[in-house]
Parts: sequence; C-alpha cells; structure tokens
Amino acid sequence: MPKINVALIGSGNIGTDLLIKALRSTCIHPVWMVGVDPESDGLKRAKALGLKTTSDGLDGLLPHLVADQIQIAFDATSAYVHAEHAPKLRAHGVVAIDLTPAAIGPFCVPPVNLAEHVGKGEMNVNMVTCGGQATIPIVAAVSRVQAVDYAEIVATVASRSAGPGTRKNIDEFTRTTANGIEQVGGAKKGKAIIILNPAEPPLIMRDTIHCLTNTTPDQAKITASIMTMIKEVQKYVPGYRLKHGPIFDGNRVSVSFEVEGLGDYLPNYAGNLDIMTAAALRTAEMIAEEMLTGKFNPIRSA
Amino acid sequence: MDLRGKKVILHDNSLRDGMHPKRHQITLQQMIDVAKGLDAAGVPLIEVTHGDGLGGASVNYGFPLHSDEEYLRGVIPHLKNAKVSALLLPGMGTVEHLHMAADCGVSTIRIATHCTEADVSEQHIREARKLGMDTVTFLMMAHMTEPAALAEQARLMESYGAQCIYCTDSAGYLLPDDVTARIRSMRETLHPDTQIGFHGHHNLAMGVANSLAAIEAGAVRIDGSAAGLGAGAGNTPLEVLAAVLERMGVHTGIDVFKLIDVAEDLIVPMLDQQIRVDRDSLTLGYAGVYSSFLLFAQRAGKKYHVSPVDILIEMGRLKAVGGQEDLIEEVAQNLADKKAKRSAVA
Repeated sequence: MPKINVALIGSGNIGTDLLIKALRSTCIHPVWMVGVDPESDGLKRAKALGLKTTSDGLDGLLPHLVADQIQIAFDATSAYVHAEHAPKLRAHGVVAIDLTPAAIGPFCVPPVNLAEHVGKGEMNVNMVTCGGQATIPIVAAVSRVQAVDYAEIVATVASRSAGPGTRKNIDEFTRTTANGIEQVGGAKKGKAIIILNPAEPPLIMRDTIHCLTNTTPDQAKITASIMTMIKEVQKYVPGYRLKHGPIFDGNRVSVSFEVEGLGDYLPNYAGNLDIMTAAALRTAEMIAEEMLTGKFNPIRSA
Repeated sequence: MDLRGKKVILHDNSLRDGMHPKRHQITLQQMIDVAKGLDAAGVPLIEVTHGDGLGGASVNYGFPLHSDEEYLRGVIPHLKNAKVSALLLPGMGTVEHLHMAADCGVSTIRIATHCTEADVSEQHIREARKLGMDTVTFLMMAHMTEPAALAEQARLMESYGAQCIYCTDSAGYLLPDDVTARIRSMRETLHPDTQIGFHGHHNLAMGVANSLAAIEAGAVRIDGSAAGLGAGAGNTPLEVLAAVLERMGVHTGIDVFKLIDVAEDLIVPMLDQQIRVDRDSLTLGYAGVYSSFLLFAQRAGKKYHVSPVDILIEMGRLKAVGGQEDLIEEVAQNLADKKAKRSAVA
C-alpha cells in the first residue's frame, strides 16, 4: 500500500515517541528525523531504525524535501523554533503538524475538528497541549448537546513527565489550553489548571473536566454524548479511561479520566505526552489518506 | 530556648488562608474591617486573595464572593502602615494575575509550588522582581521532602530571584525537630541575604511551637492568622504567637491586646464553624494531607455516606498534593462502593 513520506523535526522525547508510533502506520512513512544534537538518543535511535538523520536542524533537511517527497512534517521542537520553521515548511509545500505551543495554525483536536481542517486543506495545524487533547473532546461532547457557559479542566501529571520547556513557561499551558477549550471545545469561557505530582511510582495522568451549562443539563443526552466521544478518543489512545462521573449538580457536569500511555518510548504513566503524539499521528494519517486519494487541496491563503 | 533580641516579621493570613473555612465567601466589608484592625495592631503584612491564590476562582476550588481584584482594590486604600501580599500558585495563577495584583498596589507577592517543583516558579519570580515587588516563595507540603532536598529547591528559587523562601507546612504535619532540620538546612544552603520564612498549620496543635523552632533556626518571617482563621485546624494563631514572642523578648512591633481584640471581636463572629483540632483536622496533620482538603472531604463524606477521616487517610495514601481537590469525590465514591460490596458479602 502506498504511503506518504514524512519528516520528524525534534529528536527529544516527544519526537522519538512519535517516531515509534509512526513506524506502525499503514499510510505514513517516516523518512527523516531532524535534530540539533548528533549525540541525542532520538537521532541515534532513528538512524538505527533506518531513517535518514541530520543534526543541522531544519536547514539540514530542506535540500532533501523534493528528492525524498516529504509531504508532511511533525514539529516537536519549541514554540520559538517552530515560528521559524513554519514559513519555510509552507514555502516548500509541506504540511506542518505543530506539537509546540506556537499555535501559528488553528488548533486541532482530532475527534472534534480534524475533518474540518483536512477539508479546508490547512497547511499548519497546532495540537494545543496535552491537557487540551485529553479534555477538549469532553467539553465538545457537552457543548454539542447544549450551550456551555464555562468549562474548566484540571490536569494532574507526574512530575517526571513535565519537561523543562513546560516548567519554564507553565503559563503557556494554562493560557493555550484555556483558548482551546473556548475555540475548539465550544465553551464561552475556558479555564485550565495544571498540577504536578512527584509521587513514586509516578501517577498516571488524571484529568477532570467541569462544565457549567447554560440551562439545566439534559443528563441522558450529555452522558450518551460523552460515552460516544470516549470511544472516539480510545481509537487512538486506548488507555483513555473514564474514572468518575459524569456527575450532575445543578448546572454543573463533572467528569474525571485517567490517561495511560502505550509506553512506546515514554513510560506508560506519561499519558499526557502519549495523547499528544497519538493525536498528532492521527492528524497526519487523516491528511495522508486524503493526499493518497487526491482529495487534499492545500489552502491558498498565506 | 533563648530568642531574646531577635526581630521577626509576622504575616497575617486570615484574609487568604482563612478564605478556605469561609468557602471564599468573606464579604468586602469584613475584609476591610479585619485588615484595618490588623493594621492598627501593627501587623506589617496582610495577605488578601482567594484561598488558593490569584486565579483560584474556579469550580474546582470554589468561586469567591468577590474577585481578587475587587478584594485588593477594596482593602488596600484603607491601610495606613500595613502592606498587602497576594498568593500565586503557578499552574493556576499566571503572570497576568501578577501584573493585576501589582497594579492594585500589592507590594509582596508569594509564589507557591509543591516542595519538589520549584522550577515551575521561575517565570513568575523573575517577573515579580522586574516589577520591583518584595518577592517571596513557598515550598508547600514541606514534610514530603527531606531537609537537604528542600534546601536544594529553595536554592533554585533563590537563583531565580526570590528574596525570602518559606518552609510551608501545608498539612500541619511537621513537629518542631522537623522544622528545625528544614530551616537549618535552608539557612546553611542559601545566601545570607536571602530570608527564610515558616508557614504553619495547627492540625497537631504545633503552630506556635513550630514557629518558635523556625525562629531559633533562622526564620525571620512567620505566618499566622488572627484567631487561627485558616484551612484545617487553622494557621498558627497569630495573637497567641505574638503574645508568646513578646514574653520571650522577640521584637514583632505588634500590640498584642489590639491583635487579641481583632481575633475575638472581628474574626470569631465571622466563623461558620469552630476552627479547632477535631477528628477531621487532626487527621490532616496525622496523615500529612493538604489542609484545604478538609471541607471538600466533609462534603464528599456526607454525599457518599463515608467518613471524612477515611477519605483523608486515602488522599494521604495516594500522595495527593495541593490542588488535587478534584480527586476527593472519586475517592469518596470508591470508598462507598467498597463499603457496599462488604455489606453485600456480609
């Protein structure tokens, strides 16, 4: 079966986990891994797995894009670096799937709005945050039943799964996630809270979603909508599990989840990172399928 | 213990930590009255915010009667000498909240992380210093890490620009020797110009004793609350500490009798329930559980017909940290399910 060639930019934990997942894909073929440190475990591993690698950053990859027919690139570097990458990738006609908080392109939460982005031929989509991927589908599941005035999420993650980038700019997590809750989840107002817990053995990512509906919640309809959405998320994150709720109290709807990762490169408890890589891969696969059937028409605007 | 001649800054938390037992419903007038009373009694620093700090207004922790901004703008203009501080927990409060607080006239910002997660506070500490604020940090749930590791985390905060770092006994679990070991280790590790503080909870009735141990080991800022108004069995009762310190010859600049009047005449009439060491709050201190979980565990206990003591013990076993209030209802339900299963078997 034909596959679409892709590049992975960023050879850290996220990029490496994504690589291992991408190698299993039936419609995308990872060809290049781009890093900046020739000694990084990610680049070494990519090489051992048969990928072409460069430690010269994106500029090391650009001359090979055409010959190697790279059509999609995952960017797991940083917001600052992706801002430089985005125009270069666009100029070369490569679709960018952005796992950084740069948010240059529109937010993409696969079960909620991936199809819409693909239909429009978006050339750059942003994967929000780990907390966003784990919770926005549920906010959307409630808001598609009735109007949500306010949605709030609490993400508790193992200390070990929060990297230095997140720690240096934790406001970016709360801000970006809150924006995603509004723009993709459909809540009028969004709020995000993140808690780091250092317990050993590390705890599995836990997320609570509280929605305040505009009118008395239709319990049966909302519960059914949430259950349908859980199944959608489980298609790409099998360890996405309902732990508590939905609880209805006045206009409040509360649900808690546990997100266990597949343990590809990152350990199982790091469901927060796994849900990002799994969502990014799902996004790439849907775009690739459209490309393979000739239905993906890149958006014309800048 | 000889503390004669030492100088200590006492910091009142009744209008912030005290928001927990008041379910964040203190009225603006009550805030103003208490703050004015504390000011007149010579308390140099008063904290005013949602119990969980700036941006704490939420379904998860409770919506307050007024926004942080309304409280701050309401209280600050009434004060003659006292300065106002605000609490900020990175992950909940943001740099935008920090700017808002500075704009309201908050002079001291207190940036709090769990005792092992100091590095999430860097952006907030640097920004606070840039704004010229008195920049203080909290290492919360300090019993959950060893003295040397706590000092290492304090050193990180110092490297970002923190001017005073607190050993924060959020669970009221520490005993005096534990406090001594932690403060001593921090004092040995930090630059001599960096101040050290101690924030206690009275769950094992150790608030005053722990504060004295902290002062002896080198702490110069001590938190308490008038009438102990704070989470769990409350904070260190500030008027009691002030009286003890006066007897011991420590300079605080506080008029003890005026402070007693604030506690008795203003705070006590505000209480919805007694703030004291009782079955549930004692459990917090005994099991090392975040004091703000108290009312949540009591409400969940009522809803699921299980004992708040059992809920709190389980939260301790799960090593829950500050902010994990969302786990309490699930724990209560699981306990209820287990109980139902047991009675079905019987």
